[in-house]
Amino acid sequence: MRIVITPEKCTGCETCVESCPYTAIVVKEGKAFITEYCQLCRACLGVCPEGAIKEVLEPGETPARKEEETDKYSGVWVFAEQRDGKAASVAYELLGVGRKLADDRHTGLSAVLLGASESEALELIKGGADRVFLSNNTLFGKFNDEPYSQILTLLIREHRPEIVLAGATPIGRSFLPRVAARLRTGLTADCTSLEIDKESGNLLQVRPAFGGNIMATILCPNNRPQMATVRPRVMKRGKRDEHRQGQIIHVKAEGLSSRTRVLDTIKEISDIAVNLQEAEVIVSGGRGLGDKKGFAMLEELAEALGGSIGASRAAVDEGWVPYSHQVGQTGKTVCPKIYIACGISGAVQHLVGMQSSDIIIAINKNPEAPIFGVATYGIVGDVYEVIPMLIKKIKENRSKE
Amino acid sequence: MNIVVCIKQVPDTAEVRINPETNTLIRDGVASIINPYDMHAVEAALQIKEKAGGRVTVITMGPPQAETALREVLSMGADEAVLLTDRAFAGSDTWATSYTLSMAVRKIGADVVVCGKQAIDGDTAQVGPEMAEFLDIPHISYVRMIEEVRADYLLVQRLMDEGYDIVESSLPVLLTIVKEINTPRLPSLKGKMAAKKAEIKKWTSSDIGAEADKIGLNGSPTQVKNIFAPEAKKNRKVLEGDIEEQVDALVRELRGLKCV
Repeated sequence: MRIVITPEKCTGCETCVESCPYTAIVVKEGKAFITEYCQLCRACLGVCPEGAIKEVLEPGETPARKEEETDKYSGVWVFAEQRDGKAASVAYELLGVGRKLADDRHTGLSAVLLGASESEALELIKGGADRVFLSNNTLFGKFNDEPYSQILTLLIREHRPEIVLAGATPIGRSFLPRVAARLRTGLTADCTSLEIDKESGNLLQVRPAFGGNIMATILCPNNRPQMATVRPRVMKRGKRDEHRQGQIIHVKAEGLSSRTRVLDTIKEISDIAVNLQEAEVIVSGGRGLGDKKGFAMLEELAEALGGSIGASRAAVDEGWVPYSHQVGQTGKTVCPKIYIACGISGAVQHLVGMQSSDIIIAINKNPEAPIFGVATYGIVGDVYEVIPMLIKKIKENRSKE
Repeated sequence: MNIVVCIKQVPDTAEVRINPETNTLIRDGVASIINPYDMHAVEAALQIKEKAGGRVTVITMGPPQAETALREVLSMGADEAVLLTDRAFAGSDTWATSYTLSMAVRKIGADVVVCGKQAIDGDTAQVGPEMAEFLDIPHISYVRMIEEVRADYLLVQRLMDEGYDIVESSLPVLLTIVKEINTPRLPSLKGKMAAKKAEIKKWTSSDIGAEADKIGLNGSPTQVKNIFAPEAKKNRKVLEGDIEEQVDALVRELRGLKCV
């Protein structure tokens, strides 16, 4: 396939030039041309006001690549990762979105749980699953890519689900690609929204790209299953139903092998990190605090609101707080009720980690700081003036009641 | 020991923005850089060579212009560079990209394949593990330290959500690297001179024996349907007055939300 521009129609308006993520369109002598940078991403197809841009097939190319009979696949699956034998929070979030997708497709919802007990499988049923494929084999106790990908590949080949979801965690992001490669199907990373296209029945997978500056909708039209990973704390948990009935299918783990071995698992001060992702209020500090003392002030505010402490990468790099507090692309993704950004300018890499918070309060000296672009409430001022005043007034307010 | 490091030339994402009114990209002066994670992968590959001996080959898939990225890595000390470039590769998603790279790695032959954790334009972190599956070798993701490396064995630390794992593997193996692992070296003057003159191999799909229905757009199971600007917050409220009045208003709002 190639993207071509019909020169007779092109007016040289440069609309397409701006639409191209790869700088692959240039205008010369009043006409647009596609260069070898073109990645065939199709972003330019709809933008031309004259309809001069179209895709053409190479000789011998067929338009629809029907790899398999997609209608022979049915059911929505979620991979429920466990840590220390307990299903992770993200598993219940996947059940929440999976339930909706399964209902829209009039099909069932299954979970795959490896290395945990039957009581955990029952919890997943209460969380929304109709069926749980369970193996309590100790081989799965510690996460290991090869046996995990081998068993999931086998199960998918046998049962042919149409959709398979996993958490975009170090576990899901590491072994799911192997499964997709083996099954010759698409895998979309870090989805923030999943919906069924009413016309085609395909899964519409929305994900951020270019560091969160752009959102893209991804399709996997001709291959099955449609696979996606979903970031923790992005989807809402399903409604827990104590009385939900479901089936537990015990899976045999035979003939699996591994060339890697996990010798030891070392936990590093994880309390903060866990608290951060569960917190309803996060008070976060950045370079604008100027030094370490600023965080003592933030702790006082966090205490007054019953919240936890977060930080931007700049503050962590300065050594004012440990890495476990870092929010953003290379830190944690958080989704509290209230996120208070103090002296954080709001680089994109930070915003992608916190912008789904319900309410964002930004306090910054610079009125042009990008953080105000995502803030629900913004105060332009010196953090050392605003925050002590805020702490004082919150305390006063409390003593009045 | 044969070490292959995979890199990608990417737009500097911090500069890419979308115009929410027109849904088009604003890319004024966006420069191409080597994916930052790949710089750490290059450094890790060079350090493996220094410990265990061998050769470092750097490969990338991209347009002819990606040659500049390969020369930069040669100047840091890589021994050889291969550019996979072919119109037929265009439009590759992670599946087709990892298939293509794996065919090249097969041709070169590798004991250790080193990749960055992810590329900053796509952020998928999928190409490394998918390549390992195509090569039928094990992989370890998020490597933050290489503790030991020998001709047939390697011991590393793998970063996890709540700490790290100590993982061992036989060779060949593929590693994906996180930034914490090292500080990439700067090219030496001698390296720069040598890199300028070095020959860069250019391979097309037929050079690596890739099957036509597994590469490029045709080989890609996923398609981009559309792109759009992230949703802006709709519930913005303006606080009025001087700072004390704004703080008062904020406390009132917080009280309304039963947070105070």
